[in-house]
Amino acid sequence: MKILVCISSVPDTTTKIAFVNENREFSKQGVQFIINPYDEWYALVRALELKEAKGSGQVTLFHVGLAENEAIIRKGLAIGADDAVRVDADPGDAYFVAQQIAAYAAGKGYDLILVGKETIDYNSSMVGGMVAELMNLPYVSMASKLDVAGAEITAECDIDGGTAVVTCASPAVISCQKGMAEARIPNMRGIMAARTKPLETVQVLDNSTLTKVENYRLNEGRQAVKMIDAGSMDELVRLLHEEAKVI
Amino acid sequence: MSVIVYTEAAKGKIRKNSLEAVTYAAAIAAKVGGEVVAVIDAAVDGALHADLGKAGAQKVLTVNHAALSAGDARAWAAAMELVAQAHGAKVVVFSHDLAGKDIAPRVAVRLKAGIVAGAVDFPTIEGGKFEVRKTAFSGKATAVYSINSEVKVITLLPNSIPVGANGTAVSGSAFDAKLDGITSGVTIKERKTRQSTTVPLPEAELVVSAGRGLKAPENWGIVEDLATALGATTACSRPVADMHWRPHHEHVGQTGVAIRPNLYIAIGISGAIQHLAGVNGSKTIVVINNDKEAPFFKAADYGVVGDAFEILPKLTEAVKKFKASQN
Repeated sequence: MKILVCISSVPDTTTKIAFVNENREFSKQGVQFIINPYDEWYALVRALELKEAKGSGQVTLFHVGLAENEAIIRKGLAIGADDAVRVDADPGDAYFVAQQIAAYAAGKGYDLILVGKETIDYNSSMVGGMVAELMNLPYVSMASKLDVAGAEITAECDIDGGTAVVTCASPAVISCQKGMAEARIPNMRGIMAARTKPLETVQVLDNSTLTKVENYRLNEGRQAVKMIDAGSMDELVRLLHEEAKVI
Repeated sequence: MSVIVYTEAAKGKIRKNSLEAVTYAAAIAAKVGGEVVAVIDAAVDGALHADLGKAGAQKVLTVNHAALSAGDARAWAAAMELVAQAHGAKVVVFSHDLAGKDIAPRVAVRLKAGIVAGAVDFPTIEGGKFEVRKTAFSGKATAVYSINSEVKVITLLPNSIPVGANGTAVSGSAFDAKLDGITSGVTIKERKTRQSTTVPLPEAELVVSAGRGLKAPENWGIVEDLATALGATTACSRPVADMHWRPHHEHVGQTGVAIRPNLYIAIGISGAIQHLAGVNGSKTIVVINNDKEAPFFKAADYGVVGDAFEILPKLTEAVKKFKASQN
């Protein structure tokens, strides 16, 4: 079984963020970058579980990003991926990333292409659907369970007001979320092995972006919190009605 | 020329997410010209089309195909593409909900259209530039995107704009979408839907949420009482879902559901940054916690320090009294 796991580099949620160049650019200074949690905890770990259950196969990481991101790719290898491919480019927009994945994966015989349900920095949730459309493959969005039996894929995914069990033929693109697997912490052997696992760098495969970030704005914090005495719940209700106008 | 909108109905009503998307499309059409065309499954009761008109649509196109009624995302993408071409669409609008996340990226690829997913405000359209704002970095910032393609696709984050009510009558017609043979290849084997009378979390305007501070799952009665009195939907923090005190679909935060209700009441939740990432788009936040140092107070509009088991029944009574006075 050949599985391609697409990983993004994102700032850790707890990182303090700042913008430079008249708010046109995100400042990478002092920012801790991590593998997008949905890509790592669910897509990658489930890929490894499927390979382990079968007893054979290959799990390849795919990343679009500059050389500075190799540290997070090595972490993915330490968790257990067999090899990795990095497209040497700034990721641009979702369309750009989807095109790199589709162009690279075409004709290589992957049974599964896994992505996280969204990235935690932009929360767009677009790349998986784009790849599926570009490659004309089945796509399961927001899957919380994933199993493969022969050429049949069974997944559980979100629907309005519940979940659905769905099936499709392999190959397919799956967006992965909580429920699919439990995060794994790389062990020392994995970390040592990751150093020598193959990490191939490829040039941009298809070059177009359709959107561009013009500028950023930090959200202003809320006004100072108004403390209400625990005995004055009528007052809280009055404020929610008259001041906040939410009830 | 037109702005087209994907819409759907559930439980005998046009979904609120769809109405918001229609109102959003109407605001765009007012700037770029053209009519607002809402696209909907022909199986939906035609009497509901008037609601699309009220929200701002001028035309309702019904599309009729088994694959569409089954919710097949690729069939829907193909239908939206055909409508976009037939009506000279400048912009295609979706809600950033489950259907939007599944269909919109496919439409963007089919039309080679730039997409902004999760817009939180109306676009700025000036001097040939088309710019859309969305949230970024766990709600800590917003980013303005320019879309540089001729056709543009936008998904609108639910609860970002109020639904318009000043629209007029709509004209309805059937659109003959040639979809035979187009399918995503995904078959639904079983639907497990929850029986619920409250508004689903992503659409809820009022949310009452509780965390470990409630101490045990059997204590949730006071949370539900408050939610019932307010007409709110209940939610919970991650630890509570992980311990199976509450079902996973109630988990709000980074790995759970991201919400932006008008009112978010957090009880016994300390306010870890991963939790805030999923709720900091809420208009008004009330935090009730017995630890006055809880970090959540810094992200709140109103705070109450004290024992939830004493405060909640009092708050519920106060809400009931208020509701009674409003009638």
